Amino acid sequence: MILYIIRRLLAAVGLVVVLSMITFAIFYLMPRLAGASPETLATRYVGRSSTGATVEQRAESLGFYDPVPVQYWNWLKGVLFGTDVSTGADTVRCPAPCLGYSFKTQDPVLPEILDRLPVSFSLAIGAAVIWLVLGVSIGVLSALKRGSFFDRAAMTLALAGVSLPIFWTGLLALSIFSYQLGWTPPGGSYTPFSESPLDWAFALLLPWVTLALLFSAQYARLTRAGMLETMSEDYIRTARAKGLPERTVVAKHGLRGALTPIVTIFGLDFGLLIGSAVLTESVFGLPGLGALAVDSTRNNDLPMVLGVVLLVAVFVAVANLVVDLLYAVIDPRVRTR
Amino acid sequence: MSLMTPTSPEASRHTGPYLQVEDLRVHFETDDGTVKSVDGLSFAVEKGKTLGIVGESGSGKSVTSMAVMGLHTSKNARISGSIKVDGQELVGAPIDVVRRLRGQKMAMIFQDPLSAMHPYYTVGNQIVEAYRIHNDVSKKAARAHAIDMLDRVGIPSPRDRVDAYPHQFSGGMRQRAMIAMALSCDPSLLIADEPTTALDVTVQAQILDLIRDLQREFHSAVVIITHDLGVVAELADDIVVMYAGRKAEHGSAEQLFGEPQHPYAWGLLGSMPRFDRPPTERLLPIKGTPPSLINVPEGCAFNPRCEFSSRVPGERCVTDRPEALDAGGGHRVACHLPTAQRRQIWADEIAPRLA
Amino acid sequence: MNDAAPLLEVEDLVKHFPVKGRGLLQRATQAVQAVDGVSFSVRRGETFSIVGESGCGKSTTARLVTRLLAPTSGTVRLDGKDISTLPERQLRPLRRDVQMIFQDPYSSLNPRHTVGKIVGAPFRLQDVEPEGGRKRAVQELLSLVGLSPEHYNRYPHEFSGGQRQRIGIARTLALKPKLIVADEPVSALDVSIQAQVVNLLEDLQDELGLTYVMIAHDLSVVRHVSDRVAVMYLGKIVEVADRDDLYEHPRHPYTAAMLSAVPVPDTRRRTERERIRLQGDVPSPIDPPPGCRFHTRCWKATEVCRTEEPPLVQIGPAPGHLAACHHPEEK
Ligand SMILES: Nc1ncnc2c1ncn2[C@@H]1O[C@H](COP(=O)(O)OP(=O)(O)OP(=O)(O)O)[C@@H](O)[C@H]1O
Ligand SMILES: Nc1ncnc2c1ncn2[C@@H]1O[C@H](COP(=O)(O)OP(=O)(O)OP(=O)(O)O)[C@@H](O)[C@H]1O
Ligand code: SF4
Ligand code: SF4
Ligand SMILES: [Mg+2]
Ligand SMILES: [Mg+2]
Repeated sequence: MILYIIRRLLAAVGLVVVLSMITFAIFYLMPRLAGASPETLATRYVGRSSTGATVEQRAESLGFYDPVPVQYWNWLKGVLFGTDVSTGADTVRCPAPCLGYSFKTQDPVLPEILDRLPVSFSLAIGAAVIWLVLGVSIGVLSALKRGSFFDRAAMTLALAGVSLPIFWTGLLALSIFSYQLGWTPPGGSYTPFSESPLDWAFALLLPWVTLALLFSAQYARLTRAGMLETMSEDYIRTARAKGLPERTVVAKHGLRGALTPIVTIFGLDFGLLIGSAVLTESVFGLPGLGALAVDSTRNNDLPMVLGVVLLVAVFVAVANLVVDLLYAVIDPRVRTR
Repeated sequence: MSLMTPTSPEASRHTGPYLQVEDLRVHFETDDGTVKSVDGLSFAVEKGKTLGIVGESGSGKSVTSMAVMGLHTSKNARISGSIKVDGQELVGAPIDVVRRLRGQKMAMIFQDPLSAMHPYYTVGNQIVEAYRIHNDVSKKAARAHAIDMLDRVGIPSPRDRVDAYPHQFSGGMRQRAMIAMALSCDPSLLIADEPTTALDVTVQAQILDLIRDLQREFHSAVVIITHDLGVVAELADDIVVMYAGRKAEHGSAEQLFGEPQHPYAWGLLGSMPRFDRPPTERLLPIKGTPPSLINVPEGCAFNPRCEFSSRVPGERCVTDRPEALDAGGGHRVACHLPTAQRRQIWADEIAPRLA
Repeated sequence: MNDAAPLLEVEDLVKHFPVKGRGLLQRATQAVQAVDGVSFSVRRGETFSIVGESGCGKSTTARLVTRLLAPTSGTVRLDGKDISTLPERQLRPLRRDVQMIFQDPYSSLNPRHTVGKIVGAPFRLQDVEPEGGRKRAVQELLSLVGLSPEHYNRYPHEFSGGQRQRIGIARTLALKPKLIVADEPVSALDVSIQAQVVNLLEDLQDELGLTYVMIAHDLSVVRHVSDRVAVMYLGKIVEVADRDDLYEHPRHPYTAAMLSAVPVPDTRRRTERERIRLQGDVPSPIDPPPGCRFHTRCWKATEVCRTEEPPLVQIGPAPGHLAACHHPEEK
């Protein structure tokens, strides 16, 4: 068991390394290959009215004269062991895990990311709760009443839900509930949970629902398919033959059997969502990781982008690990032979 | 408590057969037409007796057993006729009434014990669940009961095995566990649908023994469904032979094996290599294939395959549906041939062929 | 080729499947000893059957003999030629000489191909142009197995189980094989249909002089069709004999127990017959018991059974009656 977790963790580390390499390559190797010199790259990170000398100095301090693999290695070393960074006059110790300093603002990356994490996390977790409850219950009902009006209506809506773009539903929701009706706070407002749970939930309500709508559609379809399959299993017939009330048959025997694929997808979705709710965050003006990633990409702020990618990769990996462990909880055949 | 035990004093004073099925019809509406899976079937089983139902695949055996248990959930199923368990009518009864009888007064074991048990719950858990629906006892008491039941069906060291999952059991043990689960509420009616088909001969023999022993102990009414004439010969007091959703022949085991009277039953006996007789040169198959239950042949459903229909005067085999009439001593046969002639054919033509 | 020489000789055949742990530690340290040292030979024109409980290695043996599987060790000789080590590329001629009939007539036929295409497939695969053309040949095969030549353009789903099994048989006959290995050819069929297929197989054997290796668990069917019978238990042959010899004088306790457990459709036999009741189930082939593999369920087991593996040797007066037991039945 322990060995298994270790192996999974190693795989996760591998994934993170590969992802960071790819990101690195996109931002450093590609421009180099396209013919950009270290100086042209460095121009982006100095003021508009800078001299050639300052550009060179900047390029030097950013390490742009090193070959790309060396630059990558330096970055990796920072993550693993920490590093010393010179900010012009003096050098500062950046302890591990050091994600470096923003090229743009010169601020350390990690605190910035950690600052934004709660926002993204809040968004994801609230939406997840809503979409799980909504999606799974609609899916179950649809499966039980297969072919009924409810089923057909729900599945048509689900199809629509999957295909509706979030900036459209998001903007629509925002304009109706916030600007016209004034029920919810306008976009751009976020209160940390620790300050006021009520305000926190209130501000996030619209983004939650918008995001959840998209996902619940997918989950409803998934649940419905899973339930249809399990409800025709022999063990469901056995459960009925025992004289169990239909409610118990569905909840205890049917749903449990249909859970595995839902859990799988959920792990992936949730992990990814932490760093990729870009559209939702930008529509609702939430200062989350997705928004940060977009901004930093636009600014060519490589350390920041790398930091976000790294964090998301870690989240996906952890979520997958949790899913695998959940399998063992759900299905005893995984854990006992 | 009264809700949990529907056995009212009146009901338990009921005399006569414990299970009585009369003119049962189960039809399914499908896109291709009406599937007449069971079409006018009657039989009865008393406590302490075993009824065997035999027939080919698709003859309606499982549909019958599911109807008795009230397990036809699909909306396209139409059930009519009468099913009485312990004097209580089940056809048309509220779902909840039938549900409370399930597991409590009537229980069922299925063909494939691996797929019939939930893979995610322990064997003990599943027995406890069956017991606690109908008995208001603590979890601890129910668990003790589950261990006791596992012990009674012959699971070695039940105290350790109670927490195992179905996949950790062998096929025979699973079927034992399934039986333990079915018997946990001490039902008076046990329906076994192909209980040994998925098992090996040596294990099959163990399970058949077990069912027989438990029946003596619990004095219950047992319905055993199978396509294996050997299995019913081992267990059954009475036998119903089904063909295309109807009863072809019905009698005591002695009547059926001693002097079978329906051409289909003769055909079945001729098709089987006999283990207990010197090997024959050739088997005597029934020609053709079983009919579709959507287009059951007019008249006698067996007529396209019957080699004796020409001996019935006129076209009765193709026009009139034969009823299962008494051929003496409660032996019922659904065939237009006169009883005397059937006896003659059996004695002169069939029995020598089979020997 | 010498006609007296056996068509098929199997010697010390072994197949172990490494077990991939489904659990959390996926290490392949153990192996399913599916077939573990099996030897037998099959004469030309005879029906040799292998019986035994589920999981004892019957199908694996069949697949080794047809080289659908490569053995872990041991030899399989067809017509004197060792085929057990032939590389995949050189198996093509073998695929003509040895054909297999499968248990499930529903899944073994491609539902999107017409009957003509299915039955004619061996011609295409082996690049054979039969006299009178492929279509003629297929239609002849169809009538040979009791189907109508008009069925040529129909699809499998239009046929009943028995008819599908006939289609499968027609396909195996296309290239006039020397040996047909039939793995539970009738188990999935109804009794009344089983008889039709069993008769067909027998007729074909008489007509075409076929040799069968038949795998089955139904002891009544096996007795009806076989000339010789081998009984397998946990990957090993425990007894081989001529049919009547085996059924009338079983020497191995397991054979005796199995035969006595067959339910018989006769109520009078209920009381008369003497039953040997075995305890427990077949142990796991991953970790078979030492010594005689049957000792955990055998009522005659003694100390020697638990430690020493009994060899498969001639027992009793009947020639070719072999059993692997320290204390064989006397009768
Ligand atoms: N829900 C259903 N809808 C339509 N047809 C059905 C349904 N359930 C059963 N049938 C049909 O009813 C017929 C009888 O089926 P049943 O399962 O009773 O056969 P059986 O005698 O138990 O056969 P087997 O030996 O194969 O188990 C079959 O033709 C089957 O296709
Ligand atoms: N590809 C495989 N990988 C691993 N184990 C296998 C494989 N094929 C078969 N086995 C195992 O080998 C053993 C023998 O299997 P085999 O299919 O030969 O049995 P059988 O005698 O044909 O049984 P049955 O009567 O159930 O068909 C079984 O324990 C089976 O689980
Ligand atoms: S009624 Fe006619 S067709 Fe039917 S079984 Fe009797 S003789 Fe045969
Ligand atoms: S060797 Fe011993 S254990 Fe094995 S079958 Fe013979 S008597 Fe039984
Ligand atoms: Mg059935
Ligand atoms: Mg097999």
